[in-house]
Amino acid sequence: MEDKIIKQISLFAENKPGRLASVANKLKSAGINIRAFTIAESGDFGIIRMVVDRSDYAHSVLHDAGFTVSETSVLGIEMDDVPGSMSRIAEVFGEANINLDYAYAFVTREQKALLIVRVNELEKAVKKLEENNIKLIGMKDLEKI
Amino acid sequence: MPEYWDPEIETMPVDDLKKLQEEKLKTLVHYVYENSPFYRKRFDEHGVRPEDIRTLEDVRKLPFTFKQDLRDTYPTGMFCVPNSKLARFHASSGTTGKPTVVGYTHKDIDDWAESLARAFTSVGVGKDDILQVSYGYGLFTGGLGAHYGSEKVGATVLPTSSGNTERQLELMKDLGTTTIACTPSYFLYMIEVARKEGINIRDDTKLRKGFFGAEPWSEELKKRIEDESGIKAYDIYGTSELSGPLFTECYEQCGIHIWADLFLVEILDPETGETVPDGETGELVITTLAKEANPLIRYKIKDLTKKLSEPCKCGRTHPRITRISGRSDDMIIVRGINVFPGQVESVLMNIPEVGNHFMIIVDRIGPLDSMKVQIEMNESAFSDRMSDMMALKKKIAGALKSVLNLAVEVELVEHGYLPRSEGKSKKVIDKRKI
Repeated sequence: MEDKIIKQISLFAENKPGRLASVANKLKSAGINIRAFTIAESGDFGIIRMVVDRSDYAHSVLHDAGFTVSETSVLGIEMDDVPGSMSRIAEVFGEANINLDYAYAFVTREQKALLIVRVNELEKAVKKLEENNIKLIGMKDLEKI
Repeated sequence: MPEYWDPEIETMPVDDLKKLQEEKLKTLVHYVYENSPFYRKRFDEHGVRPEDIRTLEDVRKLPFTFKQDLRDTYPTGMFCVPNSKLARFHASSGTTGKPTVVGYTHKDIDDWAESLARAFTSVGVGKDDILQVSYGYGLFTGGLGAHYGSEKVGATVLPTSSGNTERQLELMKDLGTTTIACTPSYFLYMIEVARKEGINIRDDTKLRKGFFGAEPWSEELKKRIEDESGIKAYDIYGTSELSGPLFTECYEQCGIHIWADLFLVEILDPETGETVPDGETGELVITTLAKEANPLIRYKIKDLTKKLSEPCKCGRTHPRITRISGRSDDMIIVRGINVFPGQVESVLMNIPEVGNHFMIIVDRIGPLDSMKVQIEMNESAFSDRMSDMMALKKKIAGALKSVLNLAVEVELVEHGYLPRSEGKSKKVIDKRKI
């Protein structure tokens, strides 16, 4: 199971100029590489979500710097960067009645698309995706891409 | 069970205590009439003469004294003694107007220490204790007041004053502080700094008791302090006008003991001025029965509390007052609704997701008042799902609304955003221009 799950770094940030810079600077000085990144915002504050190469280390660096931060288990789904990939995955979730809390995507160096999703039923989602031969990326793979 | 500092006085039968108060009151009115031009004028204007005060109940014939009187007679116009008899001055910060000056004779300072010595003994603090005074020293009465009180009971004083928190914690650990005295908000800050420094107050220090006061604080905050530090928190009460910190709860923790041989307590209805029955909330009015330099007659402190006249389980017969629910001066009116910062604190400190710090911001947007509460959530309450964060905001707003009967906007701010206080904390920013 472990190698099928990505630990995402989630961070609370006020919606103010310079907040993102201070997060990014902390990661830069710790030599942590950001693989994927998104911000959900709600007026006065935002939730920064990111996938980094060394998540436990990033968590402790940011926590020690005084940020409100957590690690969340999400799925990293590898897709071919071609039309129809997304629809196939969405169908699997739909048929299995699995709810997505949020999702974001990025393209890897190998011309693959990587979809990051948080689901309500993690184990069930892993099982269904594997039954459908959909490839899941774990933390180890993430360091390579 | 802790002993008494002065068993004869502290357990004196109530009737004897009242007789003692009556004698002291009669002496007092003559004393102020003869020695303070201010009081002579005030009594004359009020049509009352010292001879009119024959019983304890006659105190009701006397005029009130207000904080404004201290400002109007600034600096020493109310004093009953010449400079040659004065031992010390303290002065208020004057943040809400002109500063007020309080003077002390040597006996006043000794009575002040005596009052605290009884209080400290009543929770079992004595010669085996190391008492860290983290109230500010100087014009503010907190530091020197607690200092003299601790010396009087024979405790070892660690006069750190406020500020330089890392060093405070280092000394607390190395010297084995057992008891601390400071504002509750400063102690919260200490807990936070200790955590950052890797110090666990419960396991790494000998701290077991704390006297917290000089700003209103709620029962809920007390519980948090106790849970997070493993110490027992006691309420300490006083104001600079009465000398400074003077009274605390005893180990039974059922109200603050007001030494009746030194102070006469009345609890009055703020509207009618009538005495409210025991156990009902009213305005605290105190007459100093022993002060020489500047005695106060029926001084309106503007603190709201209840009086408990029944002798305490600890055996002390002096009246008690309950935790100060708020100073009427601190009350804010938002859209016609009275709000005390203490109410907001009670609500917030009861919600586990909410951190230890908050700020109330009142503003007027168009014709309407608006109230916003900024909070720092605990890290464990943070969720990466926006819906969870929105639900938390809603939960807090709902809890505030149910107590205040007022719609409150809740703003989540980052950890460390809200100001930390080393002394009296500021909990309200009122941006309305009136």
